Parts: sequence; C-alpha cells; structure tokens
Amino acid sequence: MPESSLVKDIGNSSVECSPSPLRLVSQSSLHRNYMLSAFCTEHNVQKCLSHINQEVSSLGLPPVWTELSGSSEMNVVAVLNCMYDLIQLHHRGLRTLENMEVEHLKSSSNVDFLQLTGTQLKEQLELSKRENTGLLERERQLQLKVKSLQNYLKNEKEEMQKLQNIIASRASQYNHEMKRKEREFNKLKERLNQLLVDKKEKKQAIDVLNSIGRADGKRSLWKTEKTEAKHEGEMYKTLLSDYDTRQRELLLENAELKKVLQQMKKDMESILSSRKTALKDNKHQDDGIQAVSEEEEEVLDSSKESFELYCVHAREELTNSIRLQWRRLKSHVERLDSQASLTQMGESKNTDAVSRETHEEEMDRLKLEIQQCKDFIQTQQQLLQQQLSSPCDEETASLLSDCYMLQEKERFREEWKTLEEQRKVFERERRNCTEAAIRLSHERKAFEDDRAMWLKHQFLNLSPFAESKKPQLSKSKSAFLISKTEGTAVSAPEKLIKCGSGTTSPVPRCVPLTSPPTDDMYRTLCLIPENRSTKPKRKVEHVKESSVFFNGNVPVQRKQWNDSEDHSSHTLTKEKTSSI
Amino acid sequence: MNFSEVFKQSNQLCKISPDGKYLATCVQYRLVVREVSTLQILQLYTCLDQISHMDWSSDSLFILCAMYKRGLVQVWSLEQPDWHCKIDEGSIGLVSSRWSPDGRHILNTTEFHLRVTVWSLCTKAVSYIKYPKACQKGIDFSKDGCYMALAERRDCKDYVSVFVCDDWHLLRHFETETQDLAGLEWSPNGCVLAVWDSSLEYKVLLYSLDGRLLSTYSAYEWSLGIKSVTWSPSSQFLAIGSYDEKVRVLNHITWKKITQFEHLATINNTKAVVYKEVEKRPTVRSDNLSLHNITIGTNLFNTQSKYEICPPPVQIPVVKPDPDRANPKIGVSTLAFSSDSRYLATKNDNMASVVWVWDMQKMSLEAVLEQTSAVRCFQWDPLRPRLALCTGNTKLYLWSPAGCVSVQVPTEGGFQVQSLNWHCGGDSLILLGKEQLCLCYMDTDQVDK
Repeated sequence: MPESSLVKDIGNSSVECSPSPLRLVSQSSLHRNYMLSAFCTEHNVQKCLSHINQEVSSLGLPPVWTELSGSSEMNVVAVLNCMYDLIQLHHRGLRTLENMEVEHLKSSSNVDFLQLTGTQLKEQLELSKRENTGLLERERQLQLKVKSLQNYLKNEKEEMQKLQNIIASRASQYNHEMKRKEREFNKLKERLNQLLVDKKEKKQAIDVLNSIGRADGKRSLWKTEKTEAKHEGEMYKTLLSDYDTRQRELLLENAELKKVLQQMKKDMESILSSRKTALKDNKHQDDGIQAVSEEEEEVLDSSKESFELYCVHAREELTNSIRLQWRRLKSHVERLDSQASLTQMGESKNTDAVSRETHEEEMDRLKLEIQQCKDFIQTQQQLLQQQLSSPCDEETASLLSDCYMLQEKERFREEWKTLEEQRKVFERERRNCTEAAIRLSHERKAFEDDRAMWLKHQFLNLSPFAESKKPQLSKSKSAFLISKTEGTAVSAPEKLIKCGSGTTSPVPRCVPLTSPPTDDMYRTLCLIPENRSTKPKRKVEHVKESSVFFNGNVPVQRKQWNDSEDHSSHTLTKEKTSSI
Repeated sequence: MNFSEVFKQSNQLCKISPDGKYLATCVQYRLVVREVSTLQILQLYTCLDQISHMDWSSDSLFILCAMYKRGLVQVWSLEQPDWHCKIDEGSIGLVSSRWSPDGRHILNTTEFHLRVTVWSLCTKAVSYIKYPKACQKGIDFSKDGCYMALAERRDCKDYVSVFVCDDWHLLRHFETETQDLAGLEWSPNGCVLAVWDSSLEYKVLLYSLDGRLLSTYSAYEWSLGIKSVTWSPSSQFLAIGSYDEKVRVLNHITWKKITQFEHLATINNTKAVVYKEVEKRPTVRSDNLSLHNITIGTNLFNTQSKYEICPPPVQIPVVKPDPDRANPKIGVSTLAFSSDSRYLATKNDNMASVVWVWDMQKMSLEAVLEQTSAVRCFQWDPLRPRLALCTGNTKLYLWSPAGCVSVQVPTEGGFQVQSLNWHCGGDSLILLGKEQLCLCYMDTDQVDK
C-alpha cells in the first residue's frame, strides 16, 4: 500500500529529524495505527463491517452496511459516501488542528514575548527600586540638611533678634547718655557765659568812630506792642502776597488748561456732529442715543456760557461734558474700527461723511487718471497704426492680416483634430476600464458564490472515518503547505501534471466533488488564469503531485512539513487520549 | 575770552561787591579794594591780624574783616576811608561773623556756639541770641532780608526761631520734629522754610513763615540720609541730594517728589550728551621752541585738553568709599540750579570728576561732564544758563546747552584754579588760585566754543 509506506516514511523521517520524547510517543502511536491497518482479513469481514458500522454510526454517519439487506457484500455507494464523509471530517479536523497549531504557535510566541517583557519589566522594576532607594536616601539627606538649615536659620533669627535688642538698648542708652552730656554741656555753656559776662578784663566791646545811619535812613523804633503787631501784619502780608501770586499762577494755568479743554471739546463736537449727520443719513442711530446727544449739546452750551465764571458748577459741567464727549468719541472710534474691519470685506459707504467725501474725491481723481490713461493709450494706438500703415497701403495690410488669420485658423483646426483624437482614445480607454471593472466584479461574485458552495459542501460532507486519518493527514498537510509556500507552487504545475498521471490513487477518484474548493484555492493563489476552464481531474492531480513534490525535493519545505507533521501527530495523540 | 593779570590774595578771600563795582581782596592782614572795571586799587586797609573772613555789606558800602583767632571784627567803610569800627568779642571767642541783610548789624557766633551776638553799627547796641545750634547751616536770612531763621537747641530738642531782621524781634519760635536738625534754608520767595535732619535720618520738614508745618518728606529710613538741599530760584523745586547717590526733587504745591535723578555709573541715556575731557601733550615744534621758552611756565608743561563726545553707554569712574570711616565720600554733596531754574547741576562724591547737568523741563539728564581730575567747584552764571567749573588745574571749563569748552588760563607760573566766582553781571569770572586770583572776561553775549 503506497499510502501506508508513505506514512511510515513520514514517521521515520520524523524520528530521524527530532528524537525528542514527544516524537517517540508519536512514533509509537503511528506504529499502532500501522498495526491496526491489518485488522480486516478475509475471515473477519463481517466482524469488521459491523465494527466499522458501529464506529460510523457512533460518528453520526449513515451506516455503511445494514443487516437488513442480509447480503454480505456491502453497499459500495454507501461505503464510498461514508468514506467521503470521513475524509471530509478528517479534513476539517485537520484544518482545525492546523488552526489550533497556528494558534498554539502564536500563543507560545506570545508567551515567550510576554516572558521576555516580564523579565525586562522585572529588571526595570529592580532598577527603579534601586533608584527609588537612592532617591529616598537623597531625600533623607536633604531633609536632614533642611532641618539643620532651619535650625541654623532659627539660631540666626534669634541672634538677630538679640542683636536688634542690643542695638535698641544701646541706642536708647546712647540717646540717654547724649542727652545727659548735652545737659551737662549746656550747664557748662551757661557757666562759661556767666563767667565771661562777669569777667572784668577783656570785655566784649565795640569801638566805632561814629555811628552810621540806618540803611533806610529811618531811625530805629522802640519795641512796642504796635511794632509787634506791625511785624505780624507784615508777615501775613508777605504770606498773603505769596499765596496771591501762587493763586494767580494757578488761575492762569487753569485758564490755559480750560482753553485746551474747550478747544478739545469744540474739536470733538465738530467731529461728533459730522458723524451724527452722517448717521442720520444712514438711519443708523436709534432715537434714544439721539436724545442723549441732544441733551449733551445743551450741557455744552450752558458750560460755554459759564466758561468765564470759573465757578465749581461750570467746571463740573465742563469736565462732565468733556467726559461724556470723550466717551462718545471713544465708542465712535471703536465703532469706526469695527466698521473698518467690516468694510475690508465688503465695501460699505456708510462709514463717515468726511471719509466718504475723501473717498469720493479719491474716486474722482482715480477716474480722471483712468480717463487720461485711456486717452494716452488711444493716442499711442493711433500713432502705432499710423506707423504701421505708412509703409504699405491699407489693402495690402488687410490682405496680410487675412493671410495670417487663415494660417492661424489652419493651425488651430489641426490642433483641434489631434485633441479630438486624443479625446477619443481616452474615451475608449475609459470604456475598457469600466468593462474590466464590471467583469472583475462579476468574477468576484462568481468566486464568492463558488466559495459559498464549497463551504457548504465542506460542511455537508463531514463524515467520520478513523482509519483514513493518517493518510489524509499527510495529504492535507501538503495542501496546507501549498497554501503556505505559494512561490514554489507557481513553478510546479507542469511537472506535477507529468508525474501525476503515473500515480493514481483511490483517493483522487473520489475527489471530484471537492474540486470547486481546490479550484477556488488555486484561483486565490493566482495559479490558474481566470479564463481557463476548470477541470476537476487535473486539480486533483495537482493536489496529489504537489504533495509528492514537496515530499521529495525541497528540504526547507520538508522541514516545515515535519514540523507541522509532528505538531499534528502530537495533537492527534492528544485527541486520542482525550477520546479514550 | 580775556584774562586779567594775576593778583595776590590769601585764604581765597576775594569778593566782588553786591553792586558789582568793586573787588575786595585780602592779602595777609591787608584789605585791598579795586574797581572791577579798571582793576585800579581804590582803597587799602590794614587790619590788626591776618584776615580769616571778609564780607561785603549788602549796600556795598562796608566791608567786614574777621580775625577769628583774635576774636576780632573790623569794619571798613568805602565812602569814608577814615571811618573805622572794631568789635572785640573778648575771651568768649569767635567762630563766625556775618552781616545782617540791612548792612547795619553784624552777627557774631561765639565759640562753642554759646550765643549769637548782634552788634548794631547804628546804635552800638548789642543783643544776644542764646542757644544757637552748631550745625551745617544754622542761620539763614530770607532773600528779601526781612527775616532770619535760626536753629536752636534747648533741652535736647530742636527749635527754630524766626526773627524780623529790622529790629530783631522774635516773630516765631517753634519746635521742629527733627532728631538732630542739620540745616535750614528759606525758599527764595521767603515764604517757606526747609528744615532737614542730620545724615542719620532722611527727613525734610517744610514750614511756612508763620510756623505752620506744611509738609514732611522722607525717602527712606535707616541708612545715611540727606547730604545737601537746594531751592530752585523760582521756589518751585526743592532738590535734595542724599547719600544714596540720588537727587529727589519736590514740588512747591503738594511738596511731593516729582522726580528723582540717579547718578549711575553707566550712562545708557541716549539723549544725554557725555562730554569727556581728553588731555593731550602739546607737540613742541623746534622752530617754536624759542618762543615757548619765553612762556615756559604756561604752555610747555601744561597739557592741552579738549572735550570729546562719548556715545553711550559710558562707564564713569567710581571710587568706592571706605565703609568704616565717618562721612563717607559718597552721595550728592553739591546741587546748584541755574538762574532760570531750567538746569540743575549736581556732583556725586564717589564720582568726583563728574558733573551732571539735569534738565528740569524734561526731568531728564541733559549732559555729563567727565573731567580728568576731581571737580573742585562749579557755579552757574547769575544771568544765563552757563556753568563754570574748575578742577584745580590750569583750566577753566564752561558748559552751556550749546556745548562745552575748556580754556587754558594763560598766566605765568602755572595758575591753578581752586575756586571761582561769577561777577553778578555774568560777564566776568574771578578765578582763585592758591595765593593768586585773576579775572576772566567773557565775550559779550556769546559762549566761546
């Protein structure tokens, strides 16, 4: 039996490749399977049949052989169906196995990764712990330092306080001493004075030839109450005159300032009034504000009248009016600002009368300039024409121009033609593209349908078949490998077809039903051109040959094979143990 | 600019009479009176001893010569050369003697500031004022000559007495809120009296003529305070120079500070002009050597100097004062307003070679004059905004808003200008050397460049 030998081969190779305990287990299981394959002989066909029947029914498949029929020969169709189901079942099992393996791989790598990260994190943790302890140590030291510094500060403060107290006490002592000394000094002065006055010899003296008259020519007066009063009066007079002059100065200054204020007010008034008229024109201002402004006007007038009075009331009014106007001016300026920003976007003429006037002026000026420019251009054109027309007469000129026109027209026409052609080409291309797209979508849809069908079949054709597990396994492996190694498979087909004819096995014969999925698979792998008619038989061969090819030729693939194989076997054993 | 010949003088006693007609100089114990216009000797008086102080009476008729060592004062009359007057303070001693504003009284302060003796030349009467305070500036007469303010110390407290100079009537007597009064000064209009405390405390008190306290100003506490105080001629500003190297200017309406001028070592102000004096040795040419030999004392050994305008920033040489010594050489010690109150000239003691000129209209630094040596003296022209200064060398320096100039004094024997005084007409200057003097005549109505 080719399959069994093949399986054996696989088993051996696996053993050779990896002599791990796991492998040994799988080997033993394989051997057992091999031994079991001889369980049906000529003698125990009936037994086997019943056994298989039992097994099959336990798998939930229709019985291969019914005792009711009584015939010893079994229903071939039923057996085949059953086998097919089993194979399907097997395939599915294998696929799940593969998925599981992949999952397992993933998870193991994940686990590795996680372990790695775990160790890294542990290291980090260690490091940070160390750092932390270092920092803690430093903090402790700093705290100690801070504490010592605080102590130092406290001591210093105390010291300072003490010193301040000392200074204060010394200062008071010093002041006291000084006062005492001064008193003593004064006493001494008094005594000295007394002594000097009492002293007879070397007295103070004035020796004048003859007294001179007073600078003002008057005679000095006796000190009386009157003179005292006079002095007081004079003093107050000087003070008063000083205050007078100061007041006059202040008055002058105030008048100056008031003038400035008045001027400012007038200016503001003029500005505001012009604005108001402008606003009235544009119906922008509401009546309330209007009334307020009129009120202000009155206030202004009244202040103007009482300007010369310098009374508190007038001043208040003036300042108030100025304040009001200033506020209005401010708001006005703000509004102008906002308007200016608005006018930047869209031209609006309702800004200000003055500005509009200036605008108009500007516009007029510009218009004039444009007119002038136009005139200038016209004269220039005339001059040019005159210059051009002066060498030849007008008819030839017109002819020449016509000629030029014709040439130009020709050129344009040609260009138009080429452009039109280009346009057509583009159109065609576009149509092609759309067609291709439509086709593609159609094909995609067909493919989807096919896939759906295949899946359905797969699902439906699940059948329990324990014996065929091993050979099916190898085959499924191959398929699995193809899907894995597309590149090599692409170069394979022709070779495969050649060898395929020689090795016909019972399996391919029952495969045709599965042709759509494999076909799908190939299509997905881009191995079959789309327009190629799909022939189921060939596909089967493909499958078969590919398996052989991989088995024999490429070591890398082989290794993969082995890996996957032993994985699968491992899982298989596992399954078995679980089932038992 | 012309210079007169050199005359002798001693003790730098040399004064022009208030009317500007006469020049009185003291040479040892002799008093020489010349006419300013001709410099001819008009009178010559001989005193009893070496004169230590000399002063003109306000009417330019009398000259007072004080001999402090002898406790003597001699008065001479210009109109009556025969007239004489001798005041003997006796054994009580004499430290200061001055005219009263009317020119008919002499106020002598005795030793230890025991009292102030007022001698009348009209009546020979004598009166005493007790308890004068020994301080920086204890007596001040108002500009119109009506009142005299006198600082007093009684019972360890400061008082100010205001006298009417006419008959020495005590008009007001009030206690001041000072720890240790250092000085007082009338405003030029005679209505406000500024009183300041000693350097230990920064305090300025402003009293009205009638004794009311108008305002008190203190810029800071604890550190050394006021060093100098000056009124502007318009009575509008009171400038206070202090140990913190700043000048604070108070206004006459609110008596609050309106500005302060800092004397920084680095001048970054781009609007101020910094004039730096640069000295240059004259290059002696061989053909001129013979000529130079004649005036060897004046030109050959004297360096020429000129001003250069330095672009900011300018670093000014600063001398750090010794902190352990009393009266440290730091802070604004000299302040002077120009006659039109437009400019203020100041000198900071730890930048002794620099004079600062501030514009009072813009309240900013106008010019800085950096000299090669320490500034001895500066004074404003009594009529024009023109500042004259000297640094103890042979040159005279002038500043005006138009520019700055240095002038070599072309006299023999190396005349070193120690001090200077403007003639009241503003067209001439007296330059005082150590034992000489010379007059410098300005070109009329223009400043030499």
